[in-house]
Amino acid sequence: MNLTLKVWRQKSNKAKGWFQVYQAKDVSEDMSFLEMLDVINEGLALEDSDPIAYDSDCREGICGTCCIMINGRAHGSKHGTTVCQLHMREFRDGDVLIIEPFRSSAFPVVKDLVLDRSAFDEIIQSGGYVSIDTGGAPEANTLQIPKEDSDMAMDAAACIGCGACVASCKNASAMLFVSAKLAHLSLLPQGQAEWRKRVLSMVRAMDKAGFGYCTNEGECELECPKEIKISNIARMNRQFLLALIKEQ
Amino acid sequence: MSESLRNDGRVWIPRNKGDKREPSQIPEAERLYYLEEKYPSFGNLVPRDVASRNAKAQCDAGRGVGKTGLAVYLDLRDSIARDGEDEIRERYGNLCEMYERITGEDPYKNPMRIYPAPHYTMGGLWVDYDLMSTIPGLFVLGEANFSDHGANRLGASALMQGLADGYFIIPYTIGNFLCNSSSDAVGTTHAAFADAQQGAQGKYDKILAIKGKRTVTDIHRELGLLMWNMCGMSRDDAGLRESLKRVSEIREDFWHDVTVPGTPGELNQNLEHAGRVADYLEFAELLLFDALHRKESCGGHFRLESQTEEGEALRDDENYRYVAAWEFKGVGNDPVLHKELLDFETIKLAQRSYK
Repeated sequence: MNLTLKVWRQKSNKAKGWFQVYQAKDVSEDMSFLEMLDVINEGLALEDSDPIAYDSDCREGICGTCCIMINGRAHGSKHGTTVCQLHMREFRDGDVLIIEPFRSSAFPVVKDLVLDRSAFDEIIQSGGYVSIDTGGAPEANTLQIPKEDSDMAMDAAACIGCGACVASCKNASAMLFVSAKLAHLSLLPQGQAEWRKRVLSMVRAMDKAGFGYCTNEGECELECPKEIKISNIARMNRQFLLALIKEQ
Repeated sequence: MSESLRNDGRVWIPRNKGDKREPSQIPEAERLYYLEEKYPSFGNLVPRDVASRNAKAQCDAGRGVGKTGLAVYLDLRDSIARDGEDEIRERYGNLCEMYERITGEDPYKNPMRIYPAPHYTMGGLWVDYDLMSTIPGLFVLGEANFSDHGANRLGASALMQGLADGYFIIPYTIGNFLCNSSSDAVGTTHAAFADAQQGAQGKYDKILAIKGKRTVTDIHRELGLLMWNMCGMSRDDAGLRESLKRVSEIREDFWHDVTVPGTPGELNQNLEHAGRVADYLEFAELLLFDALHRKESCGGHFRLESQTEEGEALRDDENYRYVAAWEFKGVGNDPVLHKELLDFETIKLAQRSYK
C-alpha cells in the first residue's frame, strides 16, 4: 500500500515546528508502524537528510517508550495497543496520516516526535515505591490476598507510563497515570503502610509538574494502551481527601 | 514469543515435507510432534537451547511452515480442549494478544508460528561477589553482568537477576564500598572529565565526518546476520575464523563508509545508533574469539565438531570446566583469557539427556 505521511518536524524545544510531507511507498501490511517509519528514515539517511526522531525501545508494548499521535489519537486508533504494536494492516492504501508528538506543556518536545517525559519520573520519585523493609518472605498462608484484589493491583501495574492519558486529555491531566501507580501499591499489604504519605506527595508532585486536573470525561481510559480503568482515579481522589483530612 | 508458552503448547510441523495445507486441515496423523517423538520424557519442555536448535534444524531442512518457511507451529489447541479457553487466556492472555497484534491471527484458533531469535546474550561484564567490575566503584547489576548464566539463559531471568542483585546484594555491598572509599567530591573540572569529554567528542566528530554511502542500519544488519549465521545456535572452527576476518572488514567499512546525517548540537538518534554499532563491532569480535576458543558444545553454544552420536551437545568437562573472562586489550588486539574454574562439590557432571 502507499500512504501519505504528514510528520511533525521540530529541530529543538526552542525551534518552531512544521509538518513535512513524506510518501511511504510499497508498505507491507505485516510491518509495524515503527518499521514503516524506519524505512522512511533509511531513505532519508541515504539522501543525507535528517531522519525523523522518534523514541522506541522494546517494541513489544511493555516499556512505554514509544509515544506518537496518529490522526489525533494517541498510539493510533486501535484499542489497547501501543504504537510499536500497531501494524500497517490497520491502514488502507491511500490513507493520509498526520503524525505528531504527544502534546502537553509538562512534556516538552526534544526533537520531532521525541519528548522529555521526566515529569513522570519526578512523580514516581516523590513516592511511587515502598520504602519500608518488609523483612523476609512470611509463610504465604499468613498473608492471604483475595484474587480480585491482586487482579486489580496487577491491572493497575500494567501501566507503562507512556503518557497517552496526558496526551488525550483536554486538561493534560496525569491522573490516570498517578492513580494507577498508587493503586498497584495500595491494593496490596506491602504498599498499605505508607499510603497516606504516598498519595499526598505524588498528587503534589503531579501538580508541581504542571499537569491539569481530571474532569471525568474518560478519554484517558479510552486511549490507554494498557486499558487502565478510570475507577483508579476515583480511588485516588478518595484516598487523597482522607489523607488530607488526617494531615490537617 | 515467550518460552513459557511451551508449558501448554505443542510444537509440530506437517509430517509430509511440502504440505502447504492450512494447519487446521492437517489431520492428527499427519502432524509431526518432533520434540515429543525425539524426547519422549521431556517432550515440549526440553530446555530452550534444545528446542531452538531443533526448530532451526527443521526449518533448515526445508520443513518449516508459513510464507517464509522460517517457522514451526506452537499449538494451544489440546490445552484449550483440556482446560478451556478461559483458563489458557488467564495464563497467556498477554502473550497471545502480542501475537495477535503482530500477525493478525488468533492464536486461540490457529497454531502460532514461532522461530528462534537472538534475545539476550549469555554472559556479560565480569564482576566480583560484590557485583563490582574491574573498575573500582563501577557496579554492574542484573543481566549486564555475567554472574547468573551458564551456557543457557535462565527463564524469566531479566526479572530474577534484576531483583536478586538489586534487593539482596547491592544494598549491602555498595554501602561497604562507599564507607571504605575516601574520595573527595569530583567535579567536572577534574582532568579525567576533560579527557573523557574530549574522547567522546572526538569519536562523534570522527563518525559525523565520514560521510560515506552506507547507513548505520545497513552495517548493523550485515553484522547481525553474520553473527546469527556463524556464531548463533551452532558454530564451527572454519566459520568462526572466517567471521573474525569478516568482522574486521565490516569495521573497516564502518569507519570509512558510514553515513550519519544530522547537525552537531542536536538530538541525533542516528549518531547514537552509530556509537552502539561501533561497540557491537568490538563485542562481536569478542564473541567470535570466545566461541573459537571453546571447542566443546555447552548448552546454547553448540560446536558442530563436538556432538554425541545422536547429535546432541557434547561437553568437554576435562578441558573447559570454567567461565572464560576476557580482558579487553584495545581494538585490534587479542583479549587475554582469565579462567574462573567451576567447582562442583555435590553434583556429579553427566551428559544431558532428555530422551
